[in-house]
Amino acid sequence: MSQLFEYLYVIAIAFFAISIRGLAEVKTSRYGNWLAAAGMAVAIGATLSAYAVQRIDLLIIAVVVGAIVGAPIALRVPMTAVPQRTAVSHAFGSLAVALIGTAEYYQRLPGIDPYTMTVLTAEMILGYLTFMGSCIAFAKLQGLIPGKPFVYGGRNFVSLSVLGIAVILGIYLIANPTQSFLLPVMAGFSILFGFLLVMAIGGADMPTVIAILNSYAGMSAAALGFVLNNQVLIVAGALDGSSGFILAVIMSQAMNRSFVNVLFGGVGAVVAPSAAGTSAAGARTAAAYTVDDVATILDNARSVVIVPGYGMAVAQAQHVVKEVADMLEAKGVDVKYGIHPVAGRMPGHMNVLLAEAQVPYDELWEMDRINPLFPETDVVIVVGANDVTNPAARTRPDSPLYGMPILNVDKAKTVVFVKRSMAPGFSGVDNDLFYLPNTMMVFGDAKKVLADLVAALKKQ
Amino acid sequence: MTPIPNDVALNLIIFFLATFLGIELVRHVSRLLHTPLMALTNAISSVSIVAALIVLADPKNDLVLILVTVAIALVFTNIVSGFLITERILRLFRKRKDTK
Repeated sequence: MSQLFEYLYVIAIAFFAISIRGLAEVKTSRYGNWLAAAGMAVAIGATLSAYAVQRIDLLIIAVVVGAIVGAPIALRVPMTAVPQRTAVSHAFGSLAVALIGTAEYYQRLPGIDPYTMTVLTAEMILGYLTFMGSCIAFAKLQGLIPGKPFVYGGRNFVSLSVLGIAVILGIYLIANPTQSFLLPVMAGFSILFGFLLVMAIGGADMPTVIAILNSYAGMSAAALGFVLNNQVLIVAGALDGSSGFILAVIMSQAMNRSFVNVLFGGVGAVVAPSAAGTSAAGARTAAAYTVDDVATILDNARSVVIVPGYGMAVAQAQHVVKEVADMLEAKGVDVKYGIHPVAGRMPGHMNVLLAEAQVPYDELWEMDRINPLFPETDVVIVVGANDVTNPAARTRPDSPLYGMPILNVDKAKTVVFVKRSMAPGFSGVDNDLFYLPNTMMVFGDAKKVLADLVAALKKQ
Repeated sequence: MTPIPNDVALNLIIFFLATFLGIELVRHVSRLLHTPLMALTNAISSVSIVAALIVLADPKNDLVLILVTVAIALVFTNIVSGFLITERILRLFRKRKDTK
């Protein structure tokens, strides 16, 4: 016979599932969030009613500390830093799960059955490695350590050996659960593996890495649910794990990386610039234009698509981009934004940055929807994006970018490319787009160029 | 301590069904909202606080008590910041007619 709190768990599970359904549309999304929060309250309330917590004092201290730390993070973090906040939350969540697993181990000593010990071991390895991996992801995103991949000869061998040692220690513990001195050693090797794993990954791959860590954090929570025979935890962990997994797949497809590559997190090896791509570049020249030239072109345009990349956010240019769009719209020009899935530093990041600059979301068009419209577009303005517009991805089988889905901006009548210099993007590949006859290169800081453009448009 | 009856097969079924449900739900999430999706699912997985609370009801020794208390502080940070930041992000999304 099930008890009341178990029925309350059912309600919590239903709320969690329906809350994600709420995110299918912007207008129901906020209800979804509150529904999930309600589900959390139900789950916590049900647990407290069924299990009498002995040390209320410690519970209150922990909750107060959590609220004092958590609320300012949520309310103060700038939208450009949301990826860092996400990395921190993965770190906290996976460390908490790993610590709870560790506590369960000591709690149940000496009589732990092999099944429980197996799941616990897997859960702890996953939890501890995700914790450290997320810390490194945070440090890279925050710029505390260089974003470039930390690579050395035989690094895969070293990393896998470290993981191997953690797994072997785990297997030994499963066979001999009472050898508790080995547990911190296993945790240490798991942490070291998480460190090596993410250190080897470059800044450009952060959207994929964050999604993978999201998935790992969810999976470790689900594993804890198996240990405790707790279905709320299994379902919530599975929802989190599958969500992170799908986002990782979407990110990897958008960057033209294989599925296996994603699964093992072995992403971000530096792509060697293709010989063909660079040698051809020497002979080509890109035509530089001024802001006034752009204003003249825009004066005759009837449809404009803006393609923003993370460079726009780095230059803090999203508000002035919106200003340009407003001026064009005031003249009756149709303005849309073309968003590549990996624009920004985590899945969906660019949409958030533009929404913050008060760009209405019905002007944000994802890649698959905007691509058919480029041939009828008069002017495309590329700001802070690069590789995702390179037609080599379609035309040059020898290019490292070949096969990557891109925004086909080269099909528009005119492309205005705002860029600091001719330097290549993250991939290290020269962009063929620069040399096309319908491309106008405008060199300079994105924010300044666009502010000048606003001034030039005002003069007309 | 009485061992918890643990139905492995049943839990595996629940896990697989929940994973399929998650995949279907996430596939229907608007592409605009992938960032808040991640914030939200992360907050949801903080339901692991339940596991910590159960241990806190009957901690065997001080080590267990410390581990679980730290875990609750960490996970409660995620609960508070997760739902609040999701709300903050979702509030930014406006339709054209709302902004003009």
